[in-house]
Amino acid sequence: MSVLVYTENWDGVFKKLSFELVSYAAKVAEMMGTSLTAVSIGDVADVELNKLGAYGASKIVKIEGNTALDNQVYTSILAQVANAEGATVVVISHNNTGKAIAPRLSVKLKAAVGAGLIKLPVSTEPFTVSKKVFSGKAAANVVLKTDMKILTLSQNSFEVIETGGSATIESFSAEVGEAKTIVKDVQKQTGKILLSDAEIVVSGGRGLKSADNWGVIEDLADLLGAATACSRPVSDEGWRPHEEHTGQTGKIIAPNLYFAVGISGAIQHMAGISSSKCIVAINNDADAPVFENADYGIVGDALKVLPALSEAIKEAKNK
Amino acid sequence: MKVLVCLGNVPDTTTKVKFGDGTALDKTGVQWIINPWDELALTRAMELKEDSGNSVSSVTIVTVGEKNAEPTMRKALAIGADDAIRVDTVATDAFGVASQIAEAVKDKGFDIILSGIESSDYNGSMVGGMLAEMLDVPSVSSVSGISISGDNVDITRDIDGGREQVSVATPFVAVVQKGIAKEPRIAAMRGIMMARKKPLVVVPAAAVETLTDFIAFELPASKPPCKLVDADNVAELVDLLQNEAKVL
Ligand SMILES: Cc1cc2nc3c(=O)[nH]c(=O)nc-3n(C[C@H](O)[C@H](O)[C@H](O)COP(=O)(O)OP(=O)(O)OC[C@H]3O[C@@H](n4cnc5c(N)ncnc54)[C@H](O)[C@@H]3O)c2cc1C
Ligand SMILES: Nc1ncnc2c1ncn2[C@@H]1O[C@H](COP(=O)(O)O)[C@@H](O)[C@H]1O
Repeated sequence: MSVLVYTENWDGVFKKLSFELVSYAAKVAEMMGTSLTAVSIGDVADVELNKLGAYGASKIVKIEGNTALDNQVYTSILAQVANAEGATVVVISHNNTGKAIAPRLSVKLKAAVGAGLIKLPVSTEPFTVSKKVFSGKAAANVVLKTDMKILTLSQNSFEVIETGGSATIESFSAEVGEAKTIVKDVQKQTGKILLSDAEIVVSGGRGLKSADNWGVIEDLADLLGAATACSRPVSDEGWRPHEEHTGQTGKIIAPNLYFAVGISGAIQHMAGISSSKCIVAINNDADAPVFENADYGIVGDALKVLPALSEAIKEAKNK
Repeated sequence: MKVLVCLGNVPDTTTKVKFGDGTALDKTGVQWIINPWDELALTRAMELKEDSGNSVSSVTIVTVGEKNAEPTMRKALAIGADDAIRVDTVATDAFGVASQIAEAVKDKGFDIILSGIESSDYNGSMVGGMLAEMLDVPSVSSVSGISISGDNVDITRDIDGGREQVSVATPFVAVVQKGIAKEPRIAAMRGIMMARKKPLVVVPAAAVETLTDFIAFELPASKPPCKLVDADNVAELVDLLQNEAKVL
């Protein structure tokens, strides 16, 4: 019996989400009185792999060589490791990669999935998880009925916990089938903070009036190391790229801090961001629905408030 | 090529959800809609069928659900789907839903199966990938673009940190998201008239397993009211974010 966690690297370097996953999986292993094994696919140097030990993995299984994601190949590799390790729980991120692998692995291992979790299981006997349903409007307790379970963890929902431990590294030679998905071209997003990875997001709505006014959003985002986002009409108008649109039909994110600037707070917008830990609304209409869902708010003109806010943050940082 | 769209029937996003005794959704007064991503998948399927540059010959929809899902399915037929299959059972567990779809379509020769990235009720993001594994066909996830020329299928998918152009041979499952179509298509009067006569086949549920049980639903504790800060005193907001919320 053990807990397995699938870690993701980007060009050989672990993403923060991998440390979140390992921290989370270590806690699950603790709840179950067992140990944690981390799996890494791709070429990652041992010094980098060793970092996982500090977050609670006692063993690291590496499968070198495979880089392009093929859902069937990755699923097969993970299933082989899970069986070899006698894993009863497999923890995977609820990101693009995780959503690609977890459902296939579920069928292959006959493992129930607790999908898109934001906290630790409610109990291990029976194995029960709490998950959000109805786009964040409610939560459900779900019993995972199978011996083997898969938990997918939403990004930014669990704190990274350093335990200071260390791990042993083992190579695993998996039987790797032929990839069916042929990657013809990759456009890596560079230099910019990914919306899904960002801990802070500054988001603008139609209240900003035009694309030319986005400087105030970008200045604040740069200052905070934040990603930028927008409401749907803003991306429909072409003021911002489509990848930035959050909400029911856009990206679903859960940063620590979300600034909703000139956004009315329509339910379809909030569906994408309601899991944010802290929501700050800036809107010149005191009756805008966004204030009902925000933790903090300023009633005022975004074009005046944002520059002042950026100044105040600079000052606070210099103290 | 035959296209299948997995179409969920879900409460409208603006629905105020209630749970009666806490074990199931109280359906009174709920407006049902096509799951938003499935609506985009259907829209793209129709665009592909209309484009003479490829060989898409038919678009079928499949829904796992009870009879009350039929108005939503008729809407999909009105938008343009050629025919519909309803597997007659309650849908909750993703593995159960995927198993039902797999049983209903496995011998029907679909070349491209589209599912949405997430259902807006159970929010699992699981059914499409599970179905692909059950049918033993490739799956491409987080798909934001799909085009066909002749028999060649080109797909754009999001990865965590970028975007890729991939190709895959049919049959396969594409799990689609935003970007796949610009705006969901709305049914025209003519479509609504025609939809009444299109085939909607009801098949009995197969004996399949479920792997999860939804045992209790709960509304979130109501949020404390928003703390308002004066526009002339933004420093106070910075202080609150640093020292009270501890997020800066
Ligand atoms: C099926 C469906 C799906 C949808 N999906 C999404 C989705 O995924 N994401 C999404 O965002 N929307 C979605 N929508 C649209 C949604 O209903 C709203 O129309 C949209 O979110 C509104 O965008 P907004 O808040 O930017 O604009 P508006 O509603 O126009 O609000 C602008 C706000 O800015 C404020 N304002 C104006 N001037 C200033 C100023 N100078 N300073 C500060 N504030 C100012 C106004 O008071 C107002 O509150 C969807 C709608 C439907 C029907
Ligand atoms: N009851 C259902 N009937 C048909 N398709 C469904 C059903 N539930 C989910 N799906 C499909 O699976 C996708 C993902 O759903 P889920 O795994 O529940 O988030 C949806 O976008 C639909 O395409």
